[in-house]
Amino acid sequence: MNYIGIDIGSTCAKTAVLDENAEILYTFVLPTGWSSFETVTRIEEALMCQGIDLKQSLCVSTGYGREAVEAAQKKVTEITCHAKGAAVLFGEEPMNLIDIGGQDTKVISCTKGRVEEFFMNDKCSAGTGKFIEIMANRLELPIDQMDSAARNRTEELKISSMCTVFAESEIVALIGKGTSKENIAWGVLDSVVRKVKQEYAKLGDGDRPVFLTGGLCENQYLIELLSAQLGREVRSHALARYAGAVGAAAAALKMEK
Amino acid sequence: MEEIKLPKDFVTYPEARKKAFLSLKKLKEEGRRIVGVFCTYTPWELIEAADAVAVVLCGIGEENIPAAEKRLPKNLCPLIKASYGSAATDRCPFFYFSDMVLAETTCDGKKKMYELMGELKHCHIMQLPPGAGGKGALEFWKAEVESVKEDLEDFYGIKITEEKLRAAIRLRNRERKAILDFYEVGRLKPTPISGYELNTVVTSNDYAFDIEEKIKYLEQRTRELTDLYEKEYKGKKSRPRILITGCPTHGVIDKVIRRIEELGADVVGFENCCGPREKKDPIDEEKDPITAIAEKYLRVNCSVMSPNPGRFKAMGEQIDEYQADGVIEVLLQACHTFAIESDAVKRFVTEEKDIPYLAITTDYSMTDQGQIDTRIGAFIELLDS
Repeated sequence: MNYIGIDIGSTCAKTAVLDENAEILYTFVLPTGWSSFETVTRIEEALMCQGIDLKQSLCVSTGYGREAVEAAQKKVTEITCHAKGAAVLFGEEPMNLIDIGGQDTKVISCTKGRVEEFFMNDKCSAGTGKFIEIMANRLELPIDQMDSAARNRTEELKISSMCTVFAESEIVALIGKGTSKENIAWGVLDSVVRKVKQEYAKLGDGDRPVFLTGGLCENQYLIELLSAQLGREVRSHALARYAGAVGAAAAALKMEK
Repeated sequence: MEEIKLPKDFVTYPEARKKAFLSLKKLKEEGRRIVGVFCTYTPWELIEAADAVAVVLCGIGEENIPAAEKRLPKNLCPLIKASYGSAATDRCPFFYFSDMVLAETTCDGKKKMYELMGELKHCHIMQLPPGAGGKGALEFWKAEVESVKEDLEDFYGIKITEEKLRAAIRLRNRERKAILDFYEVGRLKPTPISGYELNTVVTSNDYAFDIEEKIKYLEQRTRELTDLYEKEYKGKKSRPRILITGCPTHGVIDKVIRRIEELGADVVGFENCCGPREKKDPIDEEKDPITAIAEKYLRVNCSVMSPNPGRFKAMGEQIDEYQADGVIEVLLQACHTFAIESDAVKRFVTEEKDIPYLAITTDYSMTDQGQIDTRIGAFIELLDS
């Protein structure tokens, strides 16, 4: 039996397949696109190529598009799934998770995959992946190059506005003054980690080990900046962007047991 | 997602308001006196003793907010903006039919808004002391109660006798008991009524202008539900039980209260002004009526009072009596007193009562429903795990 977790976020749709020993068999990511329903069809096809029939498996869906996954036996919020996924990826010790997603950022305290406390941003894109994406577009940089651009900054430039709309006009003004892309890219990442720090500070126990999940976990330089801002080492995992999907698959496995 | 079970003849809050508008129109045509009110601090007994009908003017819905924002700041509580906006645009039939408004200097937003509302209609604004325990607070407040009586007498050209006041106190105490007993159906585990229905029935009954009728109706519903519990619910498994606290929730009843229940938990109690807050505390029927009224209303434990220890005592009792598994605090945007007090509430709930707590800050728009659903969903999953 295969246990499938599908995490349909605002930007990317992540899928993870576990076996009965909670070993991760496959993971893959697809852009969410405009319709979550079409995304589910593409996920089904991709699974079929691996010889996995979604309808014959146990499936839990999560993320904003979770309702679109009709084959899912259960729909669980991404907050619960990230905590469950973190237990598979990082272990069962008490920890704090930071999930920087496409449209929101969540901070979660959990132990053994169980959520103890969580906070997420309000209806505002400050401190989210969307913020970086919009600024990267303005700089005409692919989003995965923001990290390396920022690493080559020559000065630490502060973008004072947290609001995406105002920050964008601030950047337009900087471009007009001839500020380098690298320095602006650094300012963008710095703005995100400062906003994340504000959310993180709400957690009752900030002294636990910190792990980053979500789409930005491959940005090594962002992790360095985040560690510096929080004053403690932030760790991640090669599969951390799949934490929600892995957690959903773990929930499917638990459902059967 | 689960559907809430509602009786066939269920009347939603907006429907109840619409119905009430027609019955109020009739009362007006019959020449009845009508006084508009807002908060739990309002001494309804004086209105009753003046043979007047009290009608709640707290705004719901976002449609009148843009009109309010012509004169009020954007970053203000949606309840205040909706109340003023619907009055100023003449879209609130209750405000329209009110002869006058009786309100209090509760929070900064409301009291400054009442200054603008006073341009539209006679508003008697009682000066509420900033804390119940201050030296001279009770004497000060008692003089304010006395001046309401004088104003009502002058305004309507009537005399409010002691006998009338005593009768009003007795009637309203009976009403309090009927509402409290109805709310306490939520103490049954599993609860035989959704919190959505429970709260809608009580808030809709603010518009039942015949108090004797209202008492009879609530007593009957309480009996029916208690019987239903014995027959169909007793001994069965309960979903996670939520106590609501914080700001008034009339305006977000669909967005928050209903969603909690659709997402898998039961709202069993309300520790806010839409709940039994002041109902548990009847007015002394023996004392001098003005003194007894002043004492009672000064004990109302809204966060506008500083300090506000009574709220924590009441919340602790409610958590125990209603067997709550978690507390959700609803904060309306820019409500400073509840937002600041929420830190102490969180510590009280998680440390002293040792159950999970979630705060939701929102307004009357529907733009954040997705995020609210995720928060509520994750909180219920946490309670269920």
